[in-house]
Amino acid sequence: MLKIFKADLHIHTCLSPCTELDMSPKRILTSALDKGLDILGICDHNSTANSSAVMTAAKTLDIHVIPGMEVASEEEVHVLALFDDIKNALKLQEYVHKNLPGENDPEAFGMQVFVNEKEEVLGFEDKLLIGATTVPLEEIIRQIHNWDGLAIASHIDREAYSILGQLGFIPDGIGLDALEISPRVSFEEAFQRYKTPYPICTSSDAHYPDDIGKSFTSFLLEEGTVAEMKKAFRNEEGRKVLNKD
Amino acid sequence: MNLNTIIKKLQLNVLSGQENLSIDVSSGYTSDLLSDVIANSKEKNLWITLQIHQNIIAVAKLKDLAGIIIVNNREPNEDTIEKAKEEKVPLLCTSLMAFEVSGKLYTLMNE
Repeated sequence: MLKIFKADLHIHTCLSPCTELDMSPKRILTSALDKGLDILGICDHNSTANSSAVMTAAKTLDIHVIPGMEVASEEEVHVLALFDDIKNALKLQEYVHKNLPGENDPEAFGMQVFVNEKEEVLGFEDKLLIGATTVPLEEIIRQIHNWDGLAIASHIDREAYSILGQLGFIPDGIGLDALEISPRVSFEEAFQRYKTPYPICTSSDAHYPDDIGKSFTSFLLEEGTVAEMKKAFRNEEGRKVLNKD
Repeated sequence: MNLNTIIKKLQLNVLSGQENLSIDVSSGYTSDLLSDVIANSKEKNLWITLQIHQNIIAVAKLKDLAGIIIVNNREPNEDTIEKAKEEKVPLLCTSLMAFEVSGKLYTLMNE
């Protein structure tokens, strides 16, 4: 049976250098449940390493946690990659890390903290997660699809690190599954402004617990999975994006 | 100033647009944000950038730019070069970084 799922697909954890330790699995889940969300996408910059901790912490809860990451392409376009199977997310991560130069300087960019579901610090990521890969956007999207993932262009209404800001317009045949708008823009404004054939979704890009669910997308789905959302973006089998403000 | 003169003085490597090298360059514009180039570059500007995505050709065409200088020895991919040839947009390469090539072009055009 189809039902409505409220999804916030773009949430950073304490692994992203631009967040604090309060973006821990428990805090994220408490805030998400408070906001009545059904699906959460865990998307740290160029890493999926903390996804499993949030998934484990959510096991006894009525919420679907989707492993993912926010990949930066060579052009410095940010793209969300979301997967049903964490193994595939880890395969993309392996590819991304092979093509991600630089080492983090915690003083300059912030700490990159690995945690487990009990909020214990497991270590620190040394790679420069805030940096960009050396891979063109088209190839990043191909890799995401290769591992059955969903590829969504991040915050297209922002100038910095968005496909429209960096590349001016959306290249033909780029193969994106959807475009994300930030909480600053309503669906109505987005449809008027962008006049795009691509499906649009909105998410919070939360860096603080209170930001989680600041905007979310309502989907009509059978279950809270990437495969189902893929169908919704394509309007298949009754699955839908209910993009109303 | 004539684009051909600039190519010779700055020793740029020409990848495409050979038929449009006698064009008069109005000024330079240095930016890696394509949305900014669309918003602020002017007709017949010579655009200096490190972006090598094929969208740069469409932007050059849209804004009627004189050509594009790719800095830092970066190599545009096949798609970009193909598109530049099709659209007859001069795609020029240099080992200089954006700061150096912008400075040299500025000096040359204000001599």
